[in-house]
Amino acid sequence: MINLTINNKKLQVEEGTTIFEAAKLNNILIPHFCYMENVHQIGSCRICVVEVEGGKTLMASCVTPATEGMIVHTNSERVRDVRKVIFELMLSDHPKECLSCWRNQNCELQDLGNLIQLHEFRYEGAKSKDVIDSSSPSIVRDSSKCILCRRCVTVCNEIQGVGLMNPHHRGFSTFIGPSEDELLGESVCTNCGQCVLVCPVGALKEKDSTAAVWEALYDKSRTVVVQTAPAVRAALGEVFAYEPGTLVTGKMAAALHQLGFDYVFDTNFAADLTIMEEGSEFLERVTNAFNTKEKNHVLPMITSCSPGWIKFMEHRYPDQLAHLSSCKSPHMMLGALTKTYFAEKMNIDPAKLFVVSVMPCTAKKFEITRPEMFSNGLADVDAVITTRELGRMIKDAGIDFRSLEDGEFDSPLGLSSGAADIFGTTGGVMEAALRTVYELVTGRELPGIKLHIKPLSGLNRIKTAELKIENPLPAYSFLNGVTVKVAVTSGLKGAAELLEQIKNGTSPYHFIEIMGCPGGCISGGGQPRPVNDAIRTLRLEAIYREDEGKLLRKSHENEDIQMLYRDFLGAPLGHKSHELLHTVYAQRSKN
Amino acid sequence: MYPVTELIKNLADRHGRERRNLLPILQGVVEQEKYLSEYSMIEIARELDLPASEVYGTATFYSFLEYKKMGKYIIRICKTITCSMKGKNQIIKTIEDMLKINVGETTPDGNFSLLQTNCLGFCHKAPAMLINYEVYTDLTPEKVREILTNYINKKGREE
Amino acid sequence: MPSPAYLLKRVDFIFKDEKDWKEILKNSINRPAHELINELISSELKGRGGAGFPTGLKWKLTAEVDDSIKYVICNADEGEPGTFKDREILSKVPLKVLTSMAVCGHVIGSKEGYIYLRGEYFFLQPELNKSIREFKDYCNEINFDFTIRIFMGSGAYICGEETALFESMEGKRGEPRNKPPFPSTYGYMGKPTVINNVETLAHCYTIFEYGSKRFYDLGVQYSRGSKLFSVSGDTPKPGIYELELGMSLVDFVDEFGDGDTKAVQVGGASGFLVPRKGFRETTIGFQGKLTGISLPTGGSMMLFNSSRSMYNVLDNYLEFFREESCGQCTPCRVGCQQLLNGIKAVKRGEKNALYLNKLMRLTETMQYTAKCGLGQSVANSFSAIVENFREEMIY
Repeated sequence: MINLTINNKKLQVEEGTTIFEAAKLNNILIPHFCYMENVHQIGSCRICVVEVEGGKTLMASCVTPATEGMIVHTNSERVRDVRKVIFELMLSDHPKECLSCWRNQNCELQDLGNLIQLHEFRYEGAKSKDVIDSSSPSIVRDSSKCILCRRCVTVCNEIQGVGLMNPHHRGFSTFIGPSEDELLGESVCTNCGQCVLVCPVGALKEKDSTAAVWEALYDKSRTVVVQTAPAVRAALGEVFAYEPGTLVTGKMAAALHQLGFDYVFDTNFAADLTIMEEGSEFLERVTNAFNTKEKNHVLPMITSCSPGWIKFMEHRYPDQLAHLSSCKSPHMMLGALTKTYFAEKMNIDPAKLFVVSVMPCTAKKFEITRPEMFSNGLADVDAVITTRELGRMIKDAGIDFRSLEDGEFDSPLGLSSGAADIFGTTGGVMEAALRTVYELVTGRELPGIKLHIKPLSGLNRIKTAELKIENPLPAYSFLNGVTVKVAVTSGLKGAAELLEQIKNGTSPYHFIEIMGCPGGCISGGGQPRPVNDAIRTLRLEAIYREDEGKLLRKSHENEDIQMLYRDFLGAPLGHKSHELLHTVYAQRSKN
Repeated sequence: MYPVTELIKNLADRHGRERRNLLPILQGVVEQEKYLSEYSMIEIARELDLPASEVYGTATFYSFLEYKKMGKYIIRICKTITCSMKGKNQIIKTIEDMLKINVGETTPDGNFSLLQTNCLGFCHKAPAMLINYEVYTDLTPEKVREILTNYINKKGREE
Repeated sequence: MPSPAYLLKRVDFIFKDEKDWKEILKNSINRPAHELINELISSELKGRGGAGFPTGLKWKLTAEVDDSIKYVICNADEGEPGTFKDREILSKVPLKVLTSMAVCGHVIGSKEGYIYLRGEYFFLQPELNKSIREFKDYCNEINFDFTIRIFMGSGAYICGEETALFESMEGKRGEPRNKPPFPSTYGYMGKPTVINNVETLAHCYTIFEYGSKRFYDLGVQYSRGSKLFSVSGDTPKPGIYELELGMSLVDFVDEFGDGDTKAVQVGGASGFLVPRKGFRETTIGFQGKLTGISLPTGGSMMLFNSSRSMYNVLDNYLEFFREESCGQCTPCRVGCQQLLNGIKAVKRGEKNALYLNKLMRLTETMQYTAKCGLGQSVANSFSAIVENFREEMIY
């Protein structure tokens, strides 16, 4: 243990603790800016400097380890003085157009200003950059607002392994982004939006789609359908000052009705459908491998719900695309069904239908522009808004979210099982699939407390599990004694690790779930800020609560899904399914 | 195969394909090509299995790794304090008049680029300049004219 | 009038011939490591790059770390404006530097050395490589396993900062790291590394050749030995001179000034500017407790006479720093730019003279909060110029 003194308070901390952490553990707040716990501690902004007695200079507390006998002052005259000057320097290279900035009142630079109380701007001068790149359907980069904290650099490189956001040039000319002439929309950007999630200011933001949605809502000739992803209900409340982890499913449905959507559907319905299709596809591949022993079987199969992950795969492992499930992501399935099954049923001209997806995700904005996502010349989904954008629309419409009575999803694309809920979190798709597949193969329920596969949940980067098949139904007798090996990862760096194994031929797995964002959709690029592991955990627990609160826990038991197959699709992997619910992938270049 | 692709491959063979070999490879390309084209940087990224953006970010950090097309001879005039005191502006003026280009430009025939650079470490012999890797010191307008004339003639002879 | 306390003393160690290098190498590597370390420690040699860290202690700390891979790096990224001594050493007595690197390898347990040579000195390569080959041949001959390679820089002043230099060698942007950890435990490729300036290594050779006493006897308390000075600016005799440490600036100006010296820049743009009235009380050395102020230096001595505008000098420095800042930390990246804007605005009359005080506060912030020495040192010349030549800043 290390003994140190901070602001005359004697403290004991473990060796290796930084001054910043030591202070925090003892309820001393050191103003900070670029710091992100456990993720980004590089000491670049210098806001968190403190005075260490005997030191020639001040120390960045986020990177300086506490040492024995250290005497630290976090609020000395010098510290407060320089903190103000550094903040002024940040502002001197930042447009002060706060009122028109989309981050107004939700901006870490404003928060910092509030904290350290600045009342004059002494240093004015050159602005270093002014490029606005809106080439991407998902993310807009406004370099004029960038204050070079480099959080996006860390996330894009260390967490996601994409390596696109980087510092370029030197000195005052330094800028962060893809290289000088490269546009986000034409780059290897996966559109995951993790950079948007960590940007403290308005330099990185989702491409706004609310205008298009408002326009559709005001257009009387259109029938506007909205669907919401599983993870949205576990985070939307945070926009309205609910504690992280508060489920607001009912209020969300009510708010969507009040906004004027004609039908409020649930992407969860399509999540159940995904399990039927993807589960069947997995069984088909397993059958090829173990029964007919086809040489060309492709295992492991990898989930395909996460469009950021898909684009990453297309750029980095274009020769491994056969491992991807051919299933579209759930909201694309629901979009396609809305414009066919639902349109037929309600006798609505599909061209008059406008489908909006509310997603925790920025990559879905890109996904709907893919040429594969059009059926009969119509886009499966017309607009994607993020959880944050929905929050803005609700506020803009003057809806008092907190006082709303719970509403319901509409039929026939609204009923879902608990298995669909857990699609919102890492490990959830795999668990949902196994609940169905195991039962189809053995005729018995998936073993495990409350139908959960414990090793697959939680925030560890790579999680694995094994499931031994014993006494299967006669149709699957060839699987008797087989141990099915599965792996789950979230975040693209983990994905790359698993893909390298596949590439080298050393992957022991049969089935892999990959979600592009760390923690899965609960902390997708379109979710409310801030996101850290504590908040991830709270959202994750909310998702499992939603699952366990339902009587219907398995996708194949969803009666509306059964009706859909009976009335419209026929069987999983059937002709219609292939046409509407499955897709193909593109080979893209690595750089 | 483009010649530069071949060059990059050879450089990678010679220096290695680890991240720490990046600078020598970038330098090798600049030595031959005088600058790093977007194509070169993407090729280097491919060869070293790095994101292209990282190669770009690294290259643009260093003043001598030009990323805009440069002439065959890159003239770098030291602009730091002693050279500045000892008449580097006159030297620049002389070259600009002679080559009919401004600082930052390349002659239309692609032979000369004129740049300024920070301290070359010849303060006791100021003003100083580099032409490619060759140093010239104690410059006067006359001396610079003579040096450049030699380069122009040499260039003429080579053609 | 020479000051009574001290007179300028010329020394000739560094450029004295290197013909005995084989013998010195062989003798040194047959001595136990602790003995060599003690030799360096008792010489009180301090790093000649400018920071002045005790060389013997640096070797000792690195020797004590247990690791099978360690590196010896010679910092030849000589970029400080006004400094040109390292090039001279590497072209005239390269084998002294190579010998000391190898001895360091023996002391700390390293088999690999690098010379990080600034891109501007590309032309030194062929000759230096020749010396390296000659050196390697002898190492092979005596069965001593040590390999030295040149690593070329590419034009970035900041790479002279040791951790930025490691980053650069690792193929990255030359951005300084956070310290701790220090190079003795976590240097190039995360391995324990000794990094010494070219001149420091040349002095090590002198110490191995003649023993620590010869070195210690030169100079004054806290500032032992001799040092190369790069003299430039308004002087009739610019060049490189080896002088004993502890000299008074007034003696220096007597010797090298042109009779009209109004200020001396000690230690380059990142060093200290001493106006005429401070010559007498200033000595050149490391934090010595002599009379007046003692200034450390990497050896750059630039003289300015009364025809020079100190505004132009400061403008030139700030532009240099603005371009050479790595762009990582806020105070340095933005500070250098806004200082430059600030003095221009005052000069043009857009801001009144009081604005200079606000700029002083900005440099003070940089001094206390910048991540590395570059940003921290901008205040040195800024405050001296603004305080002593305020009128030149305004009119």
